[in-house]
Amino acid sequence: MKRFLGFVKKEFLHIFRDFRTLIILFGIPTAQILIFGFVVSTDIKDAPVAFLDFSKDEITEKISDKMCSSGFFRRVDNLQSYDEIDKVFKKGKVKAVIVFGQNFGRDLISRGKSTISIIADGSEPNTATLITNYITAIVTDFNREYAGVSAAGSILVQPEVRMFYNPELKGHFMFVPGVITLILILICALMTSITITREKEFGTIEVLLVSPLKPVHIIVGKVLPYFILSFIDVIMILVLSWFVFDLPIKGSLILLLSETMLYILMSLSLGILISTVSKTMQQAIFISFLGLMLPTILLSGFIFPIENMPVAYDWVSAILPPRYFIVIIKNIMIKGTGFLFVWKETLILVIMTTLFIALSVKNFKVRLQ
Amino acid sequence: MTNIPVISVHNLVKKFGSFTANDNLSFEVYEGEIFGFLGANGAGKTTVIRILSGLSEPTSGEVMVAGFNAGKYPEKIKRSIGYMCLKFSLYDDLTAKENIMLYGGIYGMSKSLIKERTHELLKNLRFEEYGNKLISDLPLGLKQKLAFSVAILHEPKIVFLDEPTGGVDPITRRQFWEMIYEAASRGITVFVTTHYMDEAEYCDRISIMSEGKIVALDTPAELKKKYDAESVEEVFVKIARPEYKPHPFGERLMRKKDMI
Repeated sequence: MKRFLGFVKKEFLHIFRDFRTLIILFGIPTAQILIFGFVVSTDIKDAPVAFLDFSKDEITEKISDKMCSSGFFRRVDNLQSYDEIDKVFKKGKVKAVIVFGQNFGRDLISRGKSTISIIADGSEPNTATLITNYITAIVTDFNREYAGVSAAGSILVQPEVRMFYNPELKGHFMFVPGVITLILILICALMTSITITREKEFGTIEVLLVSPLKPVHIIVGKVLPYFILSFIDVIMILVLSWFVFDLPIKGSLILLLSETMLYILMSLSLGILISTVSKTMQQAIFISFLGLMLPTILLSGFIFPIENMPVAYDWVSAILPPRYFIVIIKNIMIKGTGFLFVWKETLILVIMTTLFIALSVKNFKVRLQ
Repeated sequence: MTNIPVISVHNLVKKFGSFTANDNLSFEVYEGEIFGFLGANGAGKTTVIRILSGLSEPTSGEVMVAGFNAGKYPEKIKRSIGYMCLKFSLYDDLTAKENIMLYGGIYGMSKSLIKERTHELLKNLRFEEYGNKLISDLPLGLKQKLAFSVAILHEPKIVFLDEPTGGVDPITRRQFWEMIYEAASRGITVFVTTHYMDEAEYCDRISIMSEGKIVALDTPAELKKKYDAESVEEVFVKIARPEYKPHPFGERLMRKKDMI
């Protein structure tokens, strides 16, 4: 045990003496949370819109006022004809144009039904989708007020599901689980695969293997510091999101942290597996980046929703562990659900972890021959 | 030096696929001996060291090291051996003292013993002022000497040195060999591979490998007599490269190539 602790201490020294490692460990998570939170924010705030109102009645007035007083939209223009729509879009003056038909108010009163057209700038698809969703939500809200609680004469579709869980329409929430997922894969898998291959590349692993330390001690000793540090990282991210973005954790904190530990364990075993198949640090970095980082960013549902992917991508995504962790962590943090709702994903992660550890043990032994 | 064998190898064969790295080797190394292992690049020297130190499993044959079968029970020999490989074996980002602490700890030495040895070791190497410096800041010669001291810190029965003096200047090499002699005089068996033929002269016995086979094994003096040569280098050229004919213009050039 004493031998083992001495070895772990050495590993901590490696980490704390390497400036770059420290940046990856603590600088990148902080930067990512802040950047995603503030800059890449998916919130809409004072988005410029124009109105084309042919009806010009009390109701259209109410709806457009409601939109502009929501804080999400800002009226920059009142158009007179359809021809002007194209012009304002081309000038880049507005993100969307809201069109009320000729008999908007009269139809609503007489038939209980009316149509509002939302024309959005499709050259920025993400923003366009968000804007239409927001407007839809506002209009639905108006319907309830107008028609009373029963809302029998609802004119428009329901807003998208995420509003149920994100009533203030805050985009930050969506990024925090994604960033945690990404950071943990980065630290655990990439860093551990590098730290093990570094010993191989420098030849120090031979000295360790000749010594009375058992291979399992070497491996556990090397990954233990990363386990501890990445756990600290998660707590740091949660605290940061709580202070800066008022992000609440709706579900059980203990469940969240336990699931996180499982995911860290999975990533570490993946890192060990990568290190057993690569001979140099470069190879390890290459495999980690192409095999883990990119798919995690692109296919795990972190940025692009899985539902919108072609079927083939969905299959690829199904073998990516981060995909399941994102579901788990979003459920716990944002929806506040319990273990019963995430047991399937948890089971998948447990199976994957076991598989990776089994493969690493097999590969590590082969390498000693 | 005694006549008790601490390493005895019988019919050792190591194959990598269809390539035979070690072809039916048999030899013994005695307690307290400085045993030199010579051979051109790719002759199979490093493979032998790896098998002897338990890093690699022999394809067939019997390998006894410090009283245990190294091929079958590598864990048993670990406490009895020290190892210093061709690539540098200390951690660059740790200080000299931290490296000593680490290896002492790995070999299960007590803290007080490590402290005592560290002090002794640094004093002997006139290293005191370097104790708290990072290894990366030390010159290569010092690093090599420190690496050797660390390899025998736990007083092993045998120490394996795989080209320990590669890239080091002649004066440091000389000092390094003084350290080897000192260790051998304490009863530590030294098994050393080298490219430098002058170093071979310092060994008690040398074995010369060529294409996976041991082609000669004796004391340097006997070998020189047998092959009617003035130096071990000449012996080496005569045995290990029988096809080698000195080029009328490029002899020195080709010899250099052999040595690198």
